[in-house]
Amino acid sequence: MSAEQLAELSDLTVLAAVLLYVLAMIAFATELAFGRFIAGKTAARAARPVRQPVTVGAAGDDAVKVDGAAPEPVAPESAPPSRLAERAGTVGLALAWLGWAANLAAIVTRGLAVGRWPWGNMYEFVVALCFAAVTAFLLTQLRHNVRFLGAFVMVTATLGLGAAVKIFYTAAGPVVPALNSYWIAIHVTAAIIASGLFAMAGVAGVLYLVRGDGMSRLPSREDLERVAHRAIVFAFPLWTFAVIAGALWADRAWGRYWGWDPKEVWSFITWVAYAAYLHARVTAGWRGKAATVVQLVAFACLLFNLIGVNIFVGGMHSYADV
Amino acid sequence: MSVRELEREQSPKQAGLGPVGWLRWAWRTLTSMKTALILLFLLALGSVPGSLIPQRGVDPDKVARLYDESPALAEWYDRLQLFEVFSSTWFAAVYLLLFTSLIGCIIPRTMTYLRELRRRPPAAPKNVTKLPHAAVIEGGPSLEEAAKRLRGLRFRVVTGDGWISAEKGYLRETGNLFFHIALIGILFAIGAGSLYGYRGNVLVVEGDGFANTVAAYDRFMPGSQVSAESLEPFTLHLDDFTVSYQVAGEKRGQALDYTAHLKVNDRPDAPARDVELKVNTPLEIDGTQTYLIGNGYAPVFRVTDGKGQVAFEGPVPCLIEDKATMTSGCVVKAPDAQPSQLGFLLRFLPTSVPLTDGNHASAFPGELNPEVQLLGAFSGDLGLRNGQPQSVYELAPPETLKKLKPLLMGTAVPKPLAVGQSVELPEGAGKLEFTGVKQWMTLQVAYDPGRLPALLFAGLAVVSIAASLLIRRRRVFVRVKGETVEVGGLTRTEGSAAGFAEEFADIVKVLSAGENDVR
Ligand code: HEM
Repeated sequence: MSAEQLAELSDLTVLAAVLLYVLAMIAFATELAFGRFIAGKTAARAARPVRQPVTVGAAGDDAVKVDGAAPEPVAPESAPPSRLAERAGTVGLALAWLGWAANLAAIVTRGLAVGRWPWGNMYEFVVALCFAAVTAFLLTQLRHNVRFLGAFVMVTATLGLGAAVKIFYTAAGPVVPALNSYWIAIHVTAAIIASGLFAMAGVAGVLYLVRGDGMSRLPSREDLERVAHRAIVFAFPLWTFAVIAGALWADRAWGRYWGWDPKEVWSFITWVAYAAYLHARVTAGWRGKAATVVQLVAFACLLFNLIGVNIFVGGMHSYADV
Repeated sequence: MSVRELEREQSPKQAGLGPVGWLRWAWRTLTSMKTALILLFLLALGSVPGSLIPQRGVDPDKVARLYDESPALAEWYDRLQLFEVFSSTWFAAVYLLLFTSLIGCIIPRTMTYLRELRRRPPAAPKNVTKLPHAAVIEGGPSLEEAAKRLRGLRFRVVTGDGWISAEKGYLRETGNLFFHIALIGILFAIGAGSLYGYRGNVLVVEGDGFANTVAAYDRFMPGSQVSAESLEPFTLHLDDFTVSYQVAGEKRGQALDYTAHLKVNDRPDAPARDVELKVNTPLEIDGTQTYLIGNGYAPVFRVTDGKGQVAFEGPVPCLIEDKATMTSGCVVKAPDAQPSQLGFLLRFLPTSVPLTDGNHASAFPGELNPEVQLLGAFSGDLGLRNGQPQSVYELAPPETLKKLKPLLMGTAVPKPLAVGQSVELPEGAGKLEFTGVKQWMTLQVAYDPGRLPALLFAGLAVVSIAASLLIRRRRVFVRVKGETVEVGGLTRTEGSAAGFAEEFADIVKVLSAGENDVR
């Protein structure tokens, strides 16, 4: 296939991804709408963990059952979810995976079409970012049930891809020499993965604030907070690495590793804000709303850095044209 | 006597806190975690204006424009050092306080950590099945065997009368400590770099060279501990500068590659070697890095004066006016021209095309059809001899400019000149010839002894913060009651109960496996 055909295919698969994400969003929303109500605090967890020591079979028995703090969110008191909700959730997940595949295909074909790492401008960056956020959600879903986040992650990804196509679109083409470096693979990839995880935490954080303490179809506040915290715990070291890899690249490209360029300043501010979130929890013991607000402030800094700085502030990073 | 006074009376210690007491209080406050965090926040907050208000070091033109547009505001910015936030007194104050605070909080934490390292896990609680994770194994292993297996899982194990206490995940604290040490290391390396390092910019035209001495720089920014003799004594010569551009498609005109072909002498007596300098691959000579950071055109001119003598000949670096087409503005000064000095304002068009209105413009950044447009020719005293330094990109300061006599201006200027063409000035004042095109590059030379230490500490910071955040501290207790083995576990790391549940299941599996199944 020629480069033009690949580029065209990439544009088409982005649209396919948008469509699939929208469908997945509808399915997930159906699951929520017909799902059960959940109390503000998951009862089983608000109290001390429920335990009934299980007698384990003799040595060698495979069926070793272990109890403990229930790993999965459980809503103990209400009725089982309706069949429709259950099925809609499964369909949503399948659609999300399809959308994910389309998103991946869009990135790969774009990369092949331009013969370089496909995150050299805002358009490509945002497409990759949506992919990272969806990946973070889907991978988490493999191990923990976080399907309740589905609808909201899909909304975010749809809006992100929509903005990429409508506002930031840049035709496939080469990048300026300064971006032509293997460092783009290291620095930007780390930033994208970390941002994807932060985005998932951000979605959970917003839901936390939206949903009060009462009964709601939304997941319990505790579950939301737990998901957000885990995502940030993984993302923070990655973000640290991304900032440092950026400094290393700046050292190769611009002759200094730190020059208080607007992008550098804002990634530092973002970093401090997330560090403050982690500290607020560990050291000051902040939980719930206070910690969530700190997390969302940090997320706002991240978004401003990703988008605001490129559009409003400029600086040396701005050759990644909008 | 009020209650308060009574209290004061009765606590003489507090009344007489004394200078030592106050110092101790100040130190304790400064080195508290809360203060460190507030300082860190201030550092972040303080850098916000640095990203939104133009900085002198980064964008002096914008600063100048702000002075023009709103002098009062600019005055205030200046007073608050907001045009150079990152070298301002208040920023340095926050930075130094944070530095002190971090050191102050790391010392006691190291002590605690060392004590913690040697501490053994606590004795097992009476009823281990009450713990958040618990299991009972019938016909489980003996105490010794269980301890052995836990050691095999790399637990730190203590045994007592019928119980085992095992702990794992000490790397979490190690990571945390090293992370904070690494932060200090980074601050230290940056500080060392700015004291003992230097940076300089220089513009070099094709066919010219550069010797690394303070005098050769257009702009030199040394740290306070840098002496002129300490500069690495290399020289370089720019043989040729090539740029390749995208020629078709939507991205037509975008630069694809810049290459400077250099001859470099690492030191005065070393043989010259060929070097291809590119963006993203600096030239390194003994720790001094040379970067290619910019380029442009330097058309070559010859000025003949009214007496028929060559008053100026050579390339003139032009300032880029439009990056997409590399339309550039040039100034030619001939202070040696007789009977009066000559000056020219010109526009360089690398790919000149005629417009319908009779003007010309550049259509492409590469030099496909280079032409020079004369915007104005002047005679009179250019003011170069009065001792005031002048910019090479400006014909003369405005007040001098007003006194010059325009020879050619406005509609009187001729069509753009192609290479080899010339324009005769009226009244026999002289002649300007456009003889060729060269390119210039700008280099940044940087020496920063702090870069390697900064890198090492940054690497340490990443590894240790990952360890500190992702490793969980967990304890497993075992009580053997004859054939019945009770196992309990807990993790004190929040948010990791789910992950630990799985690990705990694995541990129980290992403990409950038969003699022969174990590994
Ligand atoms: C006075 C100075 C400081 C002290 C005493 C201090 C102390 C601590 C303590 C006690 C923890 C908790 C460890 C744990 O139980 O997991 C921690 C974690 C951490 N600190 Fe600091 N810290 C200081 C400054 C800083 C600074 C300047 C930063 C820069 C961002 C920072 C970043 C972190 C991070 C990211 C964590 C991980 C939080 C977590 O474990 O969830 N600290 N620090």
